[in-house]
Amino acid sequence: MPANRFNNFTELGIGIGLRVPHYRHILEKKPVVDWFEIISENFMVDGGRPLEVLDQILEQYRVVQHGVAMYFGSADRLNREHLKKLKRLVRRTNTPWLSDHLCWGSVDGRYTHDLLPMPYTFTAAKATAANIRAARDFLEVPICVENVSSYAEFHASEMTEWEFLSEVVERADCGILLDVNNIYVSSQNHNFDPYEYLNNVPHHRVGQIHIAGHSKFEKYILDTHDHPVRDPVWKMYAHALELVGKTATLLEWDDRIPSFGEVHNEALKANQFVEKELETVPA
Amino acid sequence: MQPRWLDGRLTSAVASEFIKPNDRLSSFDRLEIYNRVYWFRVLDCLYDDYPGLRAILGERKFGRLATAYLAKYPSTSFTLRNLGRHLEKFLREEPHWVTPNEELALDMARFEWAQVLAFDEAAAPPLRPDDVLDTPAAKLRLRLQPYLSLLELNYAVDKFLLAVKKREADILRDEASNTFDSMPRAKKRKRRIRLPKRERIYLAVHRHQNMLYYKRLEPAPFAILCSLGKGRSVEQACESALRGCKEKDCSRRLQEWFHDWSALGWLCRMRQRGRAAG
Repeated sequence: MPANRFNNFTELGIGIGLRVPHYRHILEKKPVVDWFEIISENFMVDGGRPLEVLDQILEQYRVVQHGVAMYFGSADRLNREHLKKLKRLVRRTNTPWLSDHLCWGSVDGRYTHDLLPMPYTFTAAKATAANIRAARDFLEVPICVENVSSYAEFHASEMTEWEFLSEVVERADCGILLDVNNIYVSSQNHNFDPYEYLNNVPHHRVGQIHIAGHSKFEKYILDTHDHPVRDPVWKMYAHALELVGKTATLLEWDDRIPSFGEVHNEALKANQFVEKELETVPA
Repeated sequence: MQPRWLDGRLTSAVASEFIKPNDRLSSFDRLEIYNRVYWFRVLDCLYDDYPGLRAILGERKFGRLATAYLAKYPSTSFTLRNLGRHLEKFLREEPHWVTPNEELALDMARFEWAQVLAFDEAAAPPLRPDDVLDTPAAKLRLRLQPYLSLLELNYAVDKFLLAVKKREADILRDEASNTFDSMPRAKKRKRRIRLPKRERIYLAVHRHQNMLYYKRLEPAPFAILCSLGKGRSVEQACESALRGCKEKDCSRRLQEWFHDWSALGWLCRMRQRGRAAG
């Protein structure tokens, strides 16, 4: 199950997000890292330092692209210029698969730069799946969609979030980037059982897993990516591995970013769960 | 968040029509989380891209300007990199947000946007000697690197921005050190940098080996570059900029300028026009 058509039959191991404060360390020390995830939009530029750094990274490491602005769930059609730039980057990085979020974030050409939750309706699922198919056909690379963390639910919803995710990925015939931290955050904000979510998504479609830290406030939890991974999320990660098998996993740390070593060590904690899972798999 | 929706209804009433409340938060509260995150993200982006404008206006005034600007010109790009691209236009349309420093603020906004372009705008292949070998100056047209901006400004914003960045670096260093705690309270306060005096300057904002630079130019070479950028021939650009110059001195200086610009990679060949079919 881990190497599947949604991650282009790769087994990449444990990766971390490529972030500006770590550029120097990575380029100078060349640490051993299974793979890096880049935010596609940060490199969809026409020149300068970002592309120079990317090319240097590509000489040494496997890179997977993760997007934040495709907005498959927006009512607008996909932005053609965005897709063209993204395709240029896909050719540059040779990313084995590409991910973006199951959300909306733009309307009438105005961008919120946020990952906004969708009403879980059949109409929305159909339109979103059509956008994902169109993007995959244009980009010619497998796509995994990521479940987002959310702080609001809609009266209009006709199903649960995990049913909606399943509906979309089945209709689009695409993969899932399963973010276990996002499931945990949303479960606390919306009072559902995160394990019911994990148990009820199509496991054979999971091409990648995200883990991250979050912040607790009095009345809700915010997905801040500025902490180590918390224990309940590690437990969910272990359960996810039982369900989907050893899968390319990435630690997200985007704010108050500590040293490269600290981030990498936190990511490598995932290995203990992976090894435990491998022990239980019959030979 | 605004208490009233666009049609005058209470926002809380509108929010409750489409957002479910939960046992801890009302529909309005849940919508407000997104509202706060949105404004935090976009204001933070302008805050980072415009340290010079912030220093001129002060934090509060800058915050009011940024909010008004984003309300009129919300992002129309998939990337936050482009968030400030209409700021110059906005300042010309609504200068009251930066009174009494209208001109200075405009100069700084143009200068800081030029740095965004210099950072990651496209680079065209630089001109090679072979490209111009057989073309007379009267027919030779060149273009400038897309990442190069030429700015005629009324204030020395370049020096001012350097001082601002030095102050911010000093503050950061002090905060990282215990010695800061032992300093007198008065010295800990953020030192205000004197605003620049009126002074006509000509700036080229560019990058070299992917590092950002700004370089002051004299009026004549600045005028030549501007003319080249507008598509005029090398002969036309040089003639109009060097009227009144003594011939011997002129040619020496022209040689120096073109040599420097070539070394910096600023000059490029004009794009070949596509041939008509048939």
